[in-house]
Order: sequence, then structure tokens, then C-alpha cells
Amino acid sequence: MGDINTAMTEQYRNDFLKEVEANVEEGQWVKMCMQCGVCSGSCPLGPAWEHPPQEIFMMIRAGRREEVLKSDSMWMCTSCYNCIVRCPRELPITHIMHGLANYAHRLGLAPKMNPTRRFAKKFWNNLTKTGRVNEIELSVGLYFMDGFKTGIARAWAMKDVGIGMLKAKRLNPFGFVTHKGCKDKKGIHRMLKKAREIEDRRKGFAA
Amino acid sequence: MARKEYSFYPGCSSERLTSASNYMVSVEAMCKKLDVQLNEIPDWNCCGASIGYAEGGELPRHVMNARNLAISEQVNKGQDVVATCAACWLGARETKDRLAHDSDMLAETNEALREAGMNLQYKGEQEVRHMVEVLIEDLGYDEMKKPVVKSLEGIKFAGYVGCQTNRPFGIAGESFENPKYLDKLVEIVGGEPVEKYDQKVTCCGGALAFSEPEKSQAQIKKIIESAYDHGAEMIVTPCPVCQMNVEVYQGQINKRYGTKFNMPVMYYSQLMAVAYGGSAKDAGLDGQVIRARRLEEIAAKGAR
Ligand code: SF4
Ligand code: SF4
Ligand code: SF4
Ligand code: SF4
Repeated sequence: MGDINTAMTEQYRNDFLKEVEANVEEGQWVKMCMQCGVCSGSCPLGPAWEHPPQEIFMMIRAGRREEVLKSDSMWMCTSCYNCIVRCPRELPITHIMHGLANYAHRLGLAPKMNPTRRFAKKFWNNLTKTGRVNEIELSVGLYFMDGFKTGIARAWAMKDVGIGMLKAKRLNPFGFVTHKGCKDKKGIHRMLKKAREIEDRRKGFAA
Repeated sequence: MARKEYSFYPGCSSERLTSASNYMVSVEAMCKKLDVQLNEIPDWNCCGASIGYAEGGELPRHVMNARNLAISEQVNKGQDVVATCAACWLGARETKDRLAHDSDMLAETNEALREAGMNLQYKGEQEVRHMVEVLIEDLGYDEMKKPVVKSLEGIKFAGYVGCQTNRPFGIAGESFENPKYLDKLVEIVGGEPVEKYDQKVTCCGGALAFSEPEKSQAQIKKIIESAYDHGAEMIVTPCPVCQMNVEVYQGQINKRYGTKFNMPVMYYSQLMAVAYGGSAKDAGLDGQVIRARRLEEIAAKGAR
């Protein structure tokens, strides 16, 4: 992972904007931003963004690569699409935030302990295993990702929510064994492997 | 034959014993009364949701959605795809838009699809629509009113539209700031909508309710508080993620903020199922974590 980061840094030298345009989802839009600031006032978790979207676009153009990619700001995006419908330049801001987060994650620069990064990883692994989300395995996996003791504490803090869902028959306590997922699991796995290969080739991630 | 048929994408959260299983139950009851037939896409897979980007990246996410759409094109020919989950709808529709405008991505998608079973090829033949879109555009408010046999009179509902049913696509003819359709649906079933619900389109935090609970719960608190302030007895929503987030964390919010929230959060389809004469079970009322007693009472009474 670190190797890819070094390779990218060398390939794009002082041109972080170019790197973003080539490797980040919808990155070619960044240069269209006119710094009006509308998007920055749109994020629901606004105060938690050290660098709101407008600032991130400015930083990309200023070549502040490490600062952007190591930031946890993009990980505060709730995918609410407020920004997209308001931006006067019609930048697909949500997707650029997702793209930056994904790129930083692939380069190994994203903040290790950011909870959304860790949740998102577990979520994707959970859903791709059988093709469909297994909610009980996902929740339990999340509680226990920092070890057994913290897991018990977290599960305990959440127990009322869990019991409520169980009583309402909206959580399957036996989901570990009964969850079936898709029939064509093997096909889905092959398909995703292929998709990943193609994407890695296009973005220069392939070894 | 039913008057309308759709290729149906239920999504993970609607499966039996999952977080939105009560949504599905009520949608089935509602569609039966409206004579709408939903043909489930065989062996559909998860759409990856909005949080899938971090690990999944771009192409794998589009490929997941394209698989569902390609199966639909093959099996449910000539039908529009309909999703009940806002996130599923959005994900699938984004894939459709993206592949329509990016021929390289389309070719790559099909290259990956060939690795899956069923000999799939995505062509982009079918529209991808949300259930409320279909109800409003294909049936219309008048048709939705016809099967009403019971009135939800005297109950005030705060229509919480949330984000993803509303942005970036939304329902045609509605504004992003103040969409009215949910209020109209409430009126159809005899309920009273909150006219000036100022948190109608506020984001609840979405998937971050899991990973950033404190920050999301601050959002959820605003949404519920405003409903109380406007005299609402219940909240109604079209989105399974919104429903779950706004309903199930009320206990935790009460602990954190010393509030006394205990407000039922319903799906539009549950209101319709009850108004159409369905039992509490048909309407999935037994699936509420915070019970909607008044709706249960109405459902228990014989049709008028
Ligand atoms: S709203 Fe659009 S143009 Fe304005 S700062 Fe944000 S991205 Fe740039
Ligand atoms: S989608 Fe993300 S970036 Fe856009 S306003 Fe919402 S939180 Fe902010
Ligand atoms: S968005 Fe949620 S409900 Fe829809 S398919 Fe994905 S995980 Fe399932
Ligand atoms: S309101 Fe919340 S759950 Fe509903 S669509 Fe928005 S982020 Fe998702």
C-alpha cells in the first residue's frame, strides 16, 4: 500500500490536482469549483468537518496532498446530497467526497481509526460475502471489532435497541446460521474480482 | 392480470427478520388493494448502499447494481424497476445514469458481468423508480384514495421525507426544500399533516448513525423535537434508513439529552394499509419498536 502511495507521489510530483483528476471518482470536476462556499454550509455534520468541501477543493488546487488525504473530513459525509442540488456549478460533490475517501483508503493514508472507514469496510465485506447484508453478523462484528471486552460494553450500551428490534421481529438472532444470501455467490465473487481488477488497472493500482 | 406490473427490487433491509421487514409487509398489503403486482428480481443482490464507496470503489459498486438491472431486463421484460428503499433506488439509478453517459464504464461493467452466472448483459432498457414515484405518477392521488375505507381522522403526522428520496433526483414537480407529496398522502388517508414541519428534509445522519452515533443523534433529536413542537402524534417517512434511525435511537437520545421522546415512526404504506382496511398484521404494525397504539385501534375496528 505504501508503495502505491510512493509511486503516485512520484508520478504526479507537484500536481495533486492532476492526480485527483486521474484517480478520484468525478475528480475532473474539481477545477470547476468557483469557491462560493454554498456546499460548506450544507453538510449536516458541519462542525465535525475540519475542512469542509469548498476548502478541500481549494486545498487540492493548492497541492496540499497529505493534508487532504489524511483528513477525516470526507469521512463525515452522510450522503445527504444537499450540496449537489445547491452547487451553482453542479459539481457532483458527494461523489467527489466518496471518491477522495476511497482513494485515501486505497493508498493507506486514511485515518486508521476513523469509525466510518472501519464501518464501511465491514459493511462491504459483509454484503459481498453472500451478496446480501447479514444484519446480525454486521452489528455483532461492529461491536466486537476492538476486542471482546469493549465489544461486550458496546453491545450492552446498545442492548435496548437490539431487544426492541428483536421484539418487533426486525432482527434475526439466528442470522449467523440461517442467512442465505444470493444463490449465485460464486458468480458474484468472480464478477467483483473482475471489476476490481479492471478498476485497479485503470487507476494504476495494479502491481 | 394486475393493472400495473413492476420489476421489484426489495433490498436487504426488507428481507424477513431484518430492519425494514415491516415496510415490506405493508407494501404488499397496499399493492394488493391497488392491484399492483411486484415481480421480484430473481437472486437480486445488495446495491452496496451509499456507504459502499469506501471499500468497494467505483466500478464494483456499479457492477453490483448492473447485475440486478441486467437480471431484470432478462426476466421481467418491459417493466420498470421499482425499489422501496431510498438508498437502493438511488444506487441503482446512479448506476443507470453513469453507464448511460460513460461508454467505457459500460463496457467494463459488462466485462465484469460476464463472470457472473445467467449470461448477463446490461443494456439500460428499463427505468429505475421509487415506489412513491410510481404511486404518484402511474396511479395518482385519486386512484390511491379509492380503496380507503377507514379514516385516520384526528391523527397528526409529521411527514419526514429525509434526503435520499428527495435528493438529488426527488419526485417530479416537487421542490427539494419543501416536497409536499408525503403530506398529500397523509390527507388521502384522512390524517392531518403538519403544515410547517421545518425538519422535513433534514438528514438523519444515514449510515453514520452506526459509526458516529453522537453526531447523528443530534440530528435525529432535531427531527423528533420539531415533530413534537408542531403537535404531531407520529412521524411518517418513505425511507427505511430514516425510519430505523428516527425510531430506534429514541431511548438512547432520551438518556443522553434527558428528553422523553416516544414517538412512533411509520411508513406511508402502513398508513395506507390501515386506511384500506388491513389488519394490524397486514400493515406491519407489530413491527414497530415504538408501538402506534392509535393506528392499532383503528386497524382493529371493523371497516366503516
Ligand atoms: S458549492 Fe460548488 S462552486 Fe460553490 S464552493 Fe462548493 S463546490 Fe465550489
Ligand atoms: S452529501 Fe456529503 S458533502 Fe454533500 S452536503 Fe451532504 S454531507 Fe456534505
Ligand atoms: S441499500 Fe440497504 S437495503 Fe438497499 S440493498 Fe443495500 S443494504 Fe440492502
Ligand atoms: S434521511 Fe437519513 S436515512 Fe433517510 S435518506 Fe437521508 S441519510 Fe438516508
